[in-house]
Amino acid sequence: MTLATTHSVGVTEKPPLRLRLQQKGFDGVTLLVLPAVIFVLALFVYPFLYGLVLSFQPKEGGWLANYSKFFSDRFLYGTIMTTFRLAVPVTIFNIALSVPVAMRMRLMRRQKVLTTILVLPITLGTVLVAQGLLSYLGPQGWLNRTLLAAHLISHPIALLHNYWGVFLSLVITGFPFTFLLMLSYVTGIDGSLENAAATLGASAAQRFRAIFVPLLIPGLAITFCLSFVQAVSVFPSAVLLGAPAGPTRVISIAAYEAAFEQYDYSLASAIAMIMALVQLAIVAIVLAARGLFYRGPAGSGKG
Amino acid sequence: MIRQRTTGEKLWATAVWVVVGFFVLNILAVIATVVVDSFATRWLGTWLPAGYTTRWYYEAWDEFQLRDVLIVTFEIVGIVVLLSGLLGVPAAYAMARREFPGKRIVMLLFLLPLLVPPITFGIPLATVLYRTGLAGTMWGVILANLVPTLPFVILVMIPFIEQIDPRMESAARVFGAGTGRLFRHILVPLLAPGILAALLLVLVRTIATFELTFFTAGPTSQTLVVALYYAVFASGVRAGQSVDAMAVIYMITTLIWLLIALRFINPTQIVTRARREAAH
Repeated sequence: MTLATTHSVGVTEKPPLRLRLQQKGFDGVTLLVLPAVIFVLALFVYPFLYGLVLSFQPKEGGWLANYSKFFSDRFLYGTIMTTFRLAVPVTIFNIALSVPVAMRMRLMRRQKVLTTILVLPITLGTVLVAQGLLSYLGPQGWLNRTLLAAHLISHPIALLHNYWGVFLSLVITGFPFTFLLMLSYVTGIDGSLENAAATLGASAAQRFRAIFVPLLIPGLAITFCLSFVQAVSVFPSAVLLGAPAGPTRVISIAAYEAAFEQYDYSLASAIAMIMALVQLAIVAIVLAARGLFYRGPAGSGKG
Repeated sequence: MIRQRTTGEKLWATAVWVVVGFFVLNILAVIATVVVDSFATRWLGTWLPAGYTTRWYYEAWDEFQLRDVLIVTFEIVGIVVLLSGLLGVPAAYAMARREFPGKRIVMLLFLLPLLVPPITFGIPLATVLYRTGLAGTMWGVILANLVPTLPFVILVMIPFIEQIDPRMESAARVFGAGTGRLFRHILVPLLAPGILAALLLVLVRTIATFELTFFTAGPTSQTLVVALYYAVFASGVRAGQSVDAMAVIYMITTLIWLLIALRFINPTQIVTRARREAAH
């Protein structure tokens, strides 16, 4: 206490700053978080704010010139629609596919082999998948040859340098991600709830509708957000597999061209901000909609 | 355990497996296409190539200067792994052990770089790096790659640290160990499997990270995946087989590390760790 009294002359019974901070949870150990925080502030938050300010300082015109340019040029504002036309169907398709598979997989003992195969496309990355699809989906590729040999089609279907090439590459890289998320939500639901329903005579379809769907809604919402955000940021495959000047000119291509082909960082920042805003808007809408449904524990009542 | 009994349920189960099989078959076929083509002498309009050769590998090695690219890639990846471990593990320790005001905001700060896709923050980040003259150099690429990997290490390590009994740290403290010695003698040995897993995943991620490296790399700081993109983008200039040979080299570098990583970690953790934090 002698320390305390010498430090706080005139102030009655106030412990020294170090102790007060310690009580609140700030001590030497807490300071270990500082380097990481400073790094993220300097290389994530600061560039974002810098980009935001830069987007209001266009090369020419008033402070809103970049944004008015974006929303008056069809070649630019059209990219939002193009991105949505790709990202929304892909996300819905991936979720619709992964829910039944995850429901089935939850009954399996050995999940590791299959999950490992499914993690492959995530790890290989979009560039390699794009290069593989360029030959696989081509008019002489194995897919078209197989379909021709099976007499399912009479001439090769065009899957490259159009909408479908990008769609398929987004499914291949996006499905495993969506699936692994859904699997962790599905396995997080207590199996005894389903057993109870089965004991009371509910069929599989009834069990799914009455037990799994309500409990899965929060997980579905998060999965939708994360998968959608991934799909919106499609870049390499839209260039390599799509038609980057036309039907698959997504917003990321517009941002890239502004920054690295026209060297207009101000316009590029504006497009990046619009892209972030679009992602944020969808996430906000989905999370708000999720609030309308049941929220509660996914475990059994006796915790 | 509930088993399906009716015919409809059995049919449904079969249909689900057929879809999974179809998906996996297509993935394997896509990979096989790349591998077969990289060994093909000539492959036009037939099921399989006319003959096989390994010369495309030598050609790709010389044409794309793969030796330099590989050295640069491993230098960048090595430094990114080292720095994200050195900065990330202590930060994760502080996040796991201390309650302090503003902790939720700090957590959000670490989550955002993982949730916002690289292409969105990559363009402003590249702009800042170009203004400071760092872009185009190796350090620019390293800094850009650290933005998602550092939070990733922190979020993966927090649950690992929470599993360690805090009484062990208290005992060390009682005997007079400072934070530095605590890390050296107690935490690092106990956390070794977790740190290894986290850093291996950072390694795989960094090899495959495209956008951030693409935006910030100069001619001498390209990683393998960016070199591959340029090769695919300019295909037609060079033989398709030599691009595929390069793709195979890229695939092997990634797969070796992935297989090592999978021995230490469950694949679902790659995505669910971040998700669990995000849900709170």
